[in-house]
Amino acid sequence: MLGPHLTRSRDRLTFRVDRPAVSGVLRPRLVLTWLLLALVTLAVLCLAVGAGAGDYALAPAAVVRALAGEGERADLFVVWELRLPRAVVGLLAGAALGLSGAIFQAVTRNPLASPDMLGITQGAGAAVAAGIVLGAGAGLGLQWLGLAGAVAVGVLIYLLAWKRGTTGYRIVLVGIGVSWMCVSLTSYLLSRAELHQAQKVLGWLVGNLNDRGWAQAGPLAVTLAVLLPAVLLLVRLLRTLRLGDDVAGGLGTPVQRTRLALLLCGAAAAAFATAAAGPILFVALAAPQIAQRMARTAGPPATASALTGSVVVLVADLVSQRLMADSVLPVGVVTGVLGAPFLLWQLSRANRRGTGG
Amino acid sequence: MTYPSLRASGLTLAYDDRVVVDGLDLEIPQGRISAVIGANACGKSTLLRALARLLAPRDGAVHLDGRAIHTMPTRQVARHLGILPQSPVAPEGLTVTDLVGQGRSPHQTWWRQWSSADQDAVTHALVATGMLEHADRPLDELSGGQRQRAWIAMAVAQGTPVLLLDEPTTYLDLAHQIDVLDLVVDLNRHQGRTVVMVLHDLNQACRYADQLIVMRAGRVVAEGPPADVIDAELVEHVFGMRCQVAADPVSGTPLIIPIGRHHDGDVSAGPRRNARG
Repeated sequence: MLGPHLTRSRDRLTFRVDRPAVSGVLRPRLVLTWLLLALVTLAVLCLAVGAGAGDYALAPAAVVRALAGEGERADLFVVWELRLPRAVVGLLAGAALGLSGAIFQAVTRNPLASPDMLGITQGAGAAVAAGIVLGAGAGLGLQWLGLAGAVAVGVLIYLLAWKRGTTGYRIVLVGIGVSWMCVSLTSYLLSRAELHQAQKVLGWLVGNLNDRGWAQAGPLAVTLAVLLPAVLLLVRLLRTLRLGDDVAGGLGTPVQRTRLALLLCGAAAAAFATAAAGPILFVALAAPQIAQRMARTAGPPATASALTGSVVVLVADLVSQRLMADSVLPVGVVTGVLGAPFLLWQLSRANRRGTGG
Repeated sequence: MTYPSLRASGLTLAYDDRVVVDGLDLEIPQGRISAVIGANACGKSTLLRALARLLAPRDGAVHLDGRAIHTMPTRQVARHLGILPQSPVAPEGLTVTDLVGQGRSPHQTWWRQWSSADQDAVTHALVATGMLEHADRPLDELSGGQRQRAWIAMAVAQGTPVLLLDEPTTYLDLAHQIDVLDLVVDLNRHQGRTVVMVLHDLNQACRYADQLIVMRAGRVVAEGPPADVIDAELVEHVFGMRCQVAADPVSGTPLIIPIGRHHDGDVSAGPRRNARG
């Protein structure tokens, strides 16, 4: 028998198929959010390809033709060699950061947690600075150095936060501490660096899509192709984890294993994104919050957060390319400028509700 | 509903080097309501967490239907035994139905997240706890009493024959406390569930429990029906507090009346300034 209140409910649509025995709950508003975000992402991607840096403007029709592999040779070159790879790196990095932020915020039950608050991003920065200034591991290339730094810091945070298991709260505290250790290390390395080295470090430290291409997009695409399905498989357990460790354990969720798996996914997504595009700040913090408000879910929705991250990075990159006539700003500067007020708003909101991190 | 047995033998529980429960043997009566009572920090909640497999024992074991609970997969335990921790916190915006639906997660798989059994169990839990009319409301909009009922509804929807409740009445006003305890009795009488709950109020424990488990410093010092167990001597031994025990005029169960430092506990000696003559 169906309870009339449950089927009539506005924000829940339950479905059930007898053979094969598949059933679930759909949230119309979340599905609408997905569709809307996917459309916006596509539109912004076309805009980025059509009106990227440089004076060579392409009409939307020409963009679509070029993407299909047709049109003039100049159009094809601009689209496929210059603008599309840059836009794809932005798209993928944004998605990875949004996904990562959603995971960290859900696992720590803290809307202010994100990989760039907990030191994952700063770990990548310190490793890259060490590589440039000291020449340590320089053969790896900056992308892989950044990855190694981010992963190392992720493991370090987990180990330091371990005391008969971890809790979301301890991960946040330890993460903030580790984050500042990495910042100090980077500052120390900068103070010892030659001018040209320091310039190179700083250029990397503000997230940047200049000179990014298919070489950066490839590993990131593979990472997301693995991580996104993994996270979607874990989402069912994540929902119980959001009720607290003891409730989740009582509901049959293996708490420590689930949290470790989720944190690994979150850290890996942030690490690969940072390795490809440098630290694009605030995206991982803001995207899940924006997505959550759009979809009106309890807790940040994974897929919608990833799509929001893509939109934020692509829009920020467009702004950074168009803001000044004679030069291209790094995208990290734009997300920083937009993100700082967002962070303040978020903090004041959390304080009003008495749930500050 | 069948009654699985729940038993602790030689159970020793510790946080790091601090032993909280020491060599405890306990048999939970099946199909009855048991209340665990004792002073603060005597190991009540710790015991409850161990009974629910949330805390691994240092020594000894908890047996659910004869199987050591810590060797069972957590999902399997969650189908037989539910626990509601003390003052749980839900994420902002979570609706009552979503919360109660989470109670079904030990019965669900990735591709079967809302079977007709899930639907029935959730509807039934909402009706049993009187929360059906609030089903679509977010938890943060509810009163403390309603919120606690929603959490209990989640545990009810889990559909386990054994239910452990850690101080289900904390932070509720007296009317809501009685409300929740009456609900617990309903769950026991109408559905035959075994209930174990930690309670702070001795008089409520005496009135609502079939069986008292009295703990002091990590050990069970007395066990049995309230009328057999409670006397002034035991209360003084466990809580370090002098009292008189009378019969509850409503239920006939023991009623503990504390004496305190400013009374001598003997009104027959004559009228006193602050005692009713």
